[in-house]
Amino acid sequence: MAERDNQGYIVRMAGLSAGYDGRPVVSDVDMAIRPGEFVGIVGPSGSGKTTLMKVILGSVAVYDGTAEVEGRPVSLRHRPSVGYVPQLETIDWNFPVSVEEVVLMGRSMRSGFWPWPRREDKIEMMRLLDRLGIAQFRRQHIRNLSGGQQQRVFLARALIRNPRLLILDEPTSGVDIKTRDDILHLLVELHREGVTVILSTHELNAVAAHLPRVICINRGIVADGRPSEIFTTEVLRQTYGGDMVVVKQGGMTLVADSPHFFDDAHSHDEPPKVLA
Amino acid sequence: MILLVDLQEPFQFEFFRHALLAATMVGALTGLVGVFVVLRRMSYIGHGMSHSIFGGAVVGYVAGINFYVAAGIWGFLSALLINQTTRKRQIGADAAIGIITTASFALGVALISRASSVTRNFDAALFGNLLGVSTGDIWVIAGVLAFTLFVVFFLYKQILFLTFDSEVAPVYGVPAGWVDTVFSLVLAATIIASIRIMGVTLIAASLVIPPVIARLVTDRFAVMLVLSSLLGAVIAFTGMFISYYFDVASGASIVLLAAAIFALVIGYVTVRNWIRFGRPVAGTRKLTSAESQALFD
Repeated sequence: MAERDNQGYIVRMAGLSAGYDGRPVVSDVDMAIRPGEFVGIVGPSGSGKTTLMKVILGSVAVYDGTAEVEGRPVSLRHRPSVGYVPQLETIDWNFPVSVEEVVLMGRSMRSGFWPWPRREDKIEMMRLLDRLGIAQFRRQHIRNLSGGQQQRVFLARALIRNPRLLILDEPTSGVDIKTRDDILHLLVELHREGVTVILSTHELNAVAAHLPRVICINRGIVADGRPSEIFTTEVLRQTYGGDMVVVKQGGMTLVADSPHFFDDAHSHDEPPKVLA
Repeated sequence: MILLVDLQEPFQFEFFRHALLAATMVGALTGLVGVFVVLRRMSYIGHGMSHSIFGGAVVGYVAGINFYVAAGIWGFLSALLINQTTRKRQIGADAAIGIITTASFALGVALISRASSVTRNFDAALFGNLLGVSTGDIWVIAGVLAFTLFVVFFLYKQILFLTFDSEVAPVYGVPAGWVDTVFSLVLAATIIASIRIMGVTLIAASLVIPPVIARLVTDRFAVMLVLSSLLGAVIAFTGMFISYYFDVASGASIVLLAAAIFALVIGYVTVRNWIRFGRPVAGTRKLTSAESQALFD
């Protein structure tokens, strides 16, 4: 745990440059995350969010600088023990597996030589599925579940490893507002139990509402801090390369696209239709 | 009674008894390994490796090296070369396989055209032949089948995870490189062991059709493994009788029977789903282009 790291960080990167096929995707990254933090990483597509997460997982080559997890250097050969929930777009939904088979994959390297699961693994799986509210679907094929339920299946696969660090790549992508809210509340709950959570997302308002810390990246770190402090028009322009409106009212931070005033153009042609 | 006597007739020949036993084991073997080939979207690799191994077999024949040794070394090296080449992002997997395996096949063809005396033997290698299956061949097939069962049994969880989610499995500690190497070895061994029965050009179909039929009728991985192996064995067993009575190459009769069963099953599933869901193919998955090619070419 954190005791292993003299500096008290669970993740630390210094002067990091990493990428694929010899080409860096992120450069000069300095970042430190303490145990028990809840951090969101935001940035445009191709900005290096997933690459940064894969550095922590030990899946991406580090060209320069250092990356440490729990005080130990991470590399393609030394991977830390973390829970990881990938983007659901990467999953083959026609693969013949049930919910319980997917969850038990999280223990595939710890459950002995036999091809069937151990009793204690099945008990832990049932406890997790119960907690996540999907126990009734355990024998179902994963394709037959809703987007939110599918996200919970992969969260259960990560949690069955009892990780101290949980990494989620765009967990709120492609789900409705209610499901997104449920997922974020669940992560807040895990965070309160002491799990360090790092997630990437495009949902700036959800980050502002639920997360105490956010890191804006665009091939390097643009800003790092509380959403209410760093979500400014200037920071978002540097991150996304476009103008956004930031509204702060009653302790809430809301980010909106810059309006293009289509309504004005429309009003010259014909009056708006009200259907209700 | 007449039918029973007729079915017993080929058993009086030792070559048929050998070939039947070998084909049934080959059917079970290709059915089992084929599940991973299909689910990993490697159908084209199976197709390509059999062609590549043909080149190795010819080189071995010309150099006076044992068939299994030459084909084995060639096949394993081809598999490793394909694996390495497909890791280069600039080269697509299909292109890498196409280059390596067809070059190897072309080498075999070139050597054959230089030595016309070997043509007859390699006709059998191309299309399969139930004549000339020796006791040694049967032991090789049995050994490969036992090794494959051992690997699938003891690496079941790791192979399942890696096949389903090759990105996350290494993150959770599955030694992807090692498991991939073992799988390449199993695939190469399967193709080499099957080549005399199925023939180079028809092995890919025997790797693809039984798992695809099994996938159409089950959503469970373990059931798919068992069903595909059983289907492969039954189809090969029956196909050998067809080969004997109609004097058709063994590989061709097995593949034609498998394709007929596939057509029946997909027809049944389509009609069933039409009745159940009001649309023709709900619940079945779309075949990849390589699977379609192996099935319908």
